[in-house]
Amino acid sequence: MSVPAELKYAKSHEWIKLEADGTVTVGITQHAQELLGDMVFVELPKVGRILAQQEDCAVVESVKAASDIYAPLSGEVIAINAEVESSPEKINEDSYSAWLFKLKPANTAEIDGLLDANGYEKLLESDAH
Amino acid sequence: MLIFEHSRKNRLNYSQAPATRPAKNNIPDNLKRKSAPLLPEVSEMDTVRHYTRLSQKNFSIDTEFYPLGSCTMKYNPRACNALAMLPQFLSRHPLAPEDTGQGFLACMYELQEILKDVTGMSAVSLTSMAGAQGELIGITMIRAYHEARGDTERTEIIIPDAAHGTNPATAVMCGYKVIEIPTDRDGDVDMEALKAAVSPRTAGLMLTNPSTLGVFEKKVAEMSRVVHEAGGLLYYDGANLNAVLGKVKPGDMGFDVIHMNLHKTFSTPHGGGGPGAAPVGVADCLLPYLPIPIVAHEQGVYRWLTEKDRPQSIGRLSAHMGNAGVLLRAYIYVRLLGAEGMFRIAEYATLNANYLLAELRKLGFEIAYPSRRASHEFIVTMKEIKDKTGVTAMHLAKRLLDKGFHAPTVYFPLLVPECLLIEPAETESKETLDRFVVAMKEILDEIDTQPEMVKTAPHNMPLRKIDDVKAARELDLVWNPAG
Repeated sequence: MSVPAELKYAKSHEWIKLEADGTVTVGITQHAQELLGDMVFVELPKVGRILAQQEDCAVVESVKAASDIYAPLSGEVIAINAEVESSPEKINEDSYSAWLFKLKPANTAEIDGLLDANGYEKLLESDAH
Repeated sequence: MLIFEHSRKNRLNYSQAPATRPAKNNIPDNLKRKSAPLLPEVSEMDTVRHYTRLSQKNFSIDTEFYPLGSCTMKYNPRACNALAMLPQFLSRHPLAPEDTGQGFLACMYELQEILKDVTGMSAVSLTSMAGAQGELIGITMIRAYHEARGDTERTEIIIPDAAHGTNPATAVMCGYKVIEIPTDRDGDVDMEALKAAVSPRTAGLMLTNPSTLGVFEKKVAEMSRVVHEAGGLLYYDGANLNAVLGKVKPGDMGFDVIHMNLHKTFSTPHGGGGPGAAPVGVADCLLPYLPIPIVAHEQGVYRWLTEKDRPQSIGRLSAHMGNAGVLLRAYIYVRLLGAEGMFRIAEYATLNANYLLAELRKLGFEIAYPSRRASHEFIVTMKEIKDKTGVTAMHLAKRLLDKGFHAPTVYFPLLVPECLLIEPAETESKETLDRFVVAMKEILDEIDTQPEMVKTAPHNMPLRKIDDVKAARELDLVWNPAG
């Protein structure tokens, strides 16, 4: 299972990339896309929307199920990836390059509460049992 | 070939059946459409062939075993249909005076009484036209109850993660925040999580029992106590009532409001997605809020209760008596079964499910909750098979079609990976169940010897494997005459 070491993770299977300019990029993990299967629809938040941590803010729908995406950190949506809205299969092809949205974090202390790659791998192992 | 492709412009065609009354054409000119609607211009015989072919393509309860979990696809007795089609029922106008419709009103009154009796509730309203509408009524009444007491701080509805998706959707529609609580390893609600979730903000709990995991929620009495002590009310989602009908009454389990899916447990047809009917039952505390119309029986006369009789009612959900024809069929169903017959529903539904569970387990299928007895349905997980062979629940489902069986529900509930939710219902014979077991054994053998055969199924259907991903991504539902 692919869990890139340089990313942070949320228990609800989002990955978070800390960018050099202090913003973060959010997507769903390889594990999450595999569980959901072939994606057919993606709905992203509006740019400018202020999110609370763990607020449901996007939807990904596959042939099996529709699933909410939760904001891993509180903050303002500063960009969305329109490409995954028109081509949801990008998430299946490479979930770590098919990002969903970018946030400007409101509270950087929340970052410490995210899992690192090691912690996320452990979570996946315990889920498997 | 689509029926539109049989069309020839300006072909005129009249039904051979003589008109029973003179046609009236008194629509004002300004309301008439300017261009003809886009309809196929075909002969009567081509029309008949079109619909006959469509019916032949249908995989239905009338042609095949249909173990679609959570849907209770039981036989719909023809007698219910025949009696509900009596001209005296069909010709009744919904606005006809009460004294000309006493027979119909009596049927509705007795149905209210029977449903009340079999669920242990204080009163029933029949008006709801679908399970989801029943839920909307139930949570709206819970809201009305708290508001009438000036208890406006209650903003949350607690829902277990195994619930049908309609439960959280209903709570949100009614303006509540959803608090989700997890399920423990045996398929029961996690009691510690429930205790931690209740607070002065709790408006209520929505519970399906038996749950969508196909097991009876053992701690329901304790759950009821915890929620009531916090000041919340209990909602019973009747989706799985077929497993316990007449055996355990939701009223006795402590529920304040319930809905019953007549199109499941009371055998009204729903293979085409409707029409449904989901009467709601309430305990005393919610009685004033029940939606109208309700039928009352006073001094030997039946009459509709209206806003005047029930000033606190949440109102009307339909212009008239909900899906009256569906309610009639359910009424006839319970009268044909009688009290004794109604008890047999749950007995045979659970017996059939547990028989299938035991037989499939013997074949080597993995049961999701092996320590539990099935309710009227149970879950097989294909996770290990998928990891070893790449054959998924969806592959097996498609292969079952080739063998002459409708597939079980797949990928629901979401809690169990690669799952099949299997519900045989009480109306199937042991011989049919045995044929299903044989088909499952054959597929299991094929997974070993020729997995590609399973992965590329179906092979014997009018259409081969459909690209459902492409179909969902590029929805194309409208026929275009330009081609």
